[in-house]
Amino acid sequence: MTVMTPQRSFVRTASVEALPPPRSVAGPVAWMKENLFSGPINTVVTVLMAWFLLWLIPPILDYLFFEAVWTGEDGSACREDTTGREVGACWAFVIDRINYFLYGSYPIDLRWRPNLFFLVLAVGIVWMLWLDAPRRGLGAIYFFLVVPIVSYWLLAGFPAIGLRNVPTGVWGGILVTIVVSAVGIVISLPVGVLLALGRRSRLPIVRLVCVIVIEFTRGVPLITVLFMANTMLPLFLSQGITVDRLVRPLIGVAFFASAYMAEVVRGGLQAIPKGQYEGAMSLGLSYPKMMYFIILPQALRIVIPGIVNTFIGLFKDTTLVSIVGIFDLIRTIESSRLDPVWAAPSVNYSGYAFAGIFYFLCCWGMSWYSQSVERRLAASEKR
Amino acid sequence: MASVVEQAPPRASLIYDPRVRGFFFQGVLVLLIGWMAYEAVSNAIENLRAARIASGFGFLQQPAGFDINQTFIEYSAAASTYGDALIVGLLNTLLVAAIGIVLATIIGFAAGIARLSKNFILAKVASAYVEIIRNLPLLLQLLFWYNAVLSSLPAARDAIQLAPGFYLSVRGLSLPAAVFDGRAVLILVAFVVGIVGSFLVRRWAKARQAATGEQFPIGLTTLGLVVGFPVLAWLLLTLTGGTPITFDVPVQGRFNLTGGSQLFPEFVALVLGLAIYTGAFIAEVVRAGILAVSRGQTEAASSLGLKPGQTMRFVVIPQAMRVIVPPLTSQYLNLTKNSSLAVAIGYPDLVQVFMGTVLNQTGQAVEVVAITMIVYLTISLVTSFFMNIYNQRIALVER
Repeated sequence: MTVMTPQRSFVRTASVEALPPPRSVAGPVAWMKENLFSGPINTVVTVLMAWFLLWLIPPILDYLFFEAVWTGEDGSACREDTTGREVGACWAFVIDRINYFLYGSYPIDLRWRPNLFFLVLAVGIVWMLWLDAPRRGLGAIYFFLVVPIVSYWLLAGFPAIGLRNVPTGVWGGILVTIVVSAVGIVISLPVGVLLALGRRSRLPIVRLVCVIVIEFTRGVPLITVLFMANTMLPLFLSQGITVDRLVRPLIGVAFFASAYMAEVVRGGLQAIPKGQYEGAMSLGLSYPKMMYFIILPQALRIVIPGIVNTFIGLFKDTTLVSIVGIFDLIRTIESSRLDPVWAAPSVNYSGYAFAGIFYFLCCWGMSWYSQSVERRLAASEKR
Repeated sequence: MASVVEQAPPRASLIYDPRVRGFFFQGVLVLLIGWMAYEAVSNAIENLRAARIASGFGFLQQPAGFDINQTFIEYSAAASTYGDALIVGLLNTLLVAAIGIVLATIIGFAAGIARLSKNFILAKVASAYVEIIRNLPLLLQLLFWYNAVLSSLPAARDAIQLAPGFYLSVRGLSLPAAVFDGRAVLILVAFVVGIVGSFLVRRWAKARQAATGEQFPIGLTTLGLVVGFPVLAWLLLTLTGGTPITFDVPVQGRFNLTGGSQLFPEFVALVLGLAIYTGAFIAEVVRAGILAVSRGQTEAASSLGLKPGQTMRFVVIPQAMRVIVPPLTSQYLNLTKNSSLAVAIGYPDLVQVFMGTVLNQTGQAVEVVAITMIVYLTISLVTSFFMNIYNQRIALVER
């Protein structure tokens, strides 16, 4: 029996004409075609977004720069009825109050002390953050030991060497914001490491205490911790001992940040392979030596981005101390913008714009740093 | 020849025994904590007696004597107790958290996906939003919305009309209130029937697709059933005897807006601020989740012939959700906890009502702070419990 197989194959006999080359694959026009107008939906989105930006950006620029008022003595410089034109940001108000925003009511003749404090702190921060800086071990001692003591002497006073006392009640503005965040950072890192080690400890009671502290603190809002520090701390201390008004929220902020830091560090500890622990133990290192020389240097290195993110959160959270009556930057702005001398509708926005620019630059700088460290770490992992 | 000597285990001093050391350290810790607790409690008792402040939870039954502007339960300064004030504050916190979570999720998913868009402008706008908002303190944003934006809105008589019936003024957002008469229940019934019906259709369509491979337009059918049934019911009711739902639309009078329902500016500012702030964080969570799904998955889906929409729905999103849900939970918890910043702009939430007014009036700091913290802890634990259940449902099922 023969099977008829139908002819199915087809072989082309003549060659096809070559397709024309694609019109353009490089250059701005091709890029726009690819990224902005690749299809009908994409085109609509592009047009909508362009319209949105045109609606948003020019008024903001006008407000911040072109229509802004740079000089003036009082609110009348920033009011439409007195100037006779559209008024943007009232920078005259910010310039007039800049010293109040920086130092609060810190005595004018002593303002070199906060300035010196900023310098001392800046040196410490650069020493710590610059990963290739010389003698970084010394830098750590400087940052965690020398800076706190010198800063305390500078800001609060040390009559023995001729620095007269300045009560914390007159501190204010960016100075307080920086003090609160610096104290939070200096305390939260070591305490957070201890809490994290405690949470991974073999000892059940230590572990339990650390878990309770961490989870409790992370489960409540910071503002309740601040209220607690403000109202309950004086209750818990015996009569006669008073805690400074500024120290109470400082304790609250540091405590709160420690719990978050502990979770970040725990992430790093968990990422270290077991072999590192076993290797250290087989060399006969004791627990503190193993942690200090082998585990923590590696674990902390991994979580530098997480630590910096916690610092950013801490820095933003310091604004909350204004709610419990501390004159930080937000509070000084709130009290200045209600000043009848500078009564103008534009002043409201201007104060917030100034604070916004300050916080944005600080936080953005920190996150830029953390990203660059991340890239650096990633480069060392690459083969 | 050396003989094998029976070796006793090396005797070390007890202070080198890790077990003994462990007991020692823990004993010291327990003693330290016990001492601190004893000191704190005895000092607190002493101080409270000296300041003549009552202790115990009896104050919850005492009359409160202050007013709260936004209440969901019957509340009045004269007749209500501190306990009622606690519940009012808690409900207000929960309301802000619930609405804020819904809005923040919508904003966050939109911005997170937009950041990955191929459209250059859209991606850059989304990145700018995320970067700017994440780097500014929430308190500053809330003060900005409340003090700078909402308070510079026009007075009620020149309110801005957003849409017919929606007015924005310095007094907040006025919007139409729906008034139902008795027969409106039928619309609700129709809505429920629509939902049940769409579930049945979905099950049938899935079974049929599994058996024959034929697809059924489930999405359109669901939409038709869920929307169509209530509309049909409304039409029938309207035709048979007048409309069952009327709207009480706010009317702009000479001096005031009358009628409708009113959202207070504090509430609007708080919800807006929280949603925009948390939305930026959720956008980052979503972006990281989508990027965590490897490109091979998308390519494999395309090579199987799935359309881009289907690839997203059936392949990318189910896998991304596994990465997204745990950090999303902590963002929801953050939003709930951050709602306590209401105290800065005067929205009557738990902290403002209870830790502010009640604490000032009674002076019972220990009880008030303890109750507030326990309430927040409970909210946190309950939220993470439910998100964990959801997380387990979508987690990878391994053999």
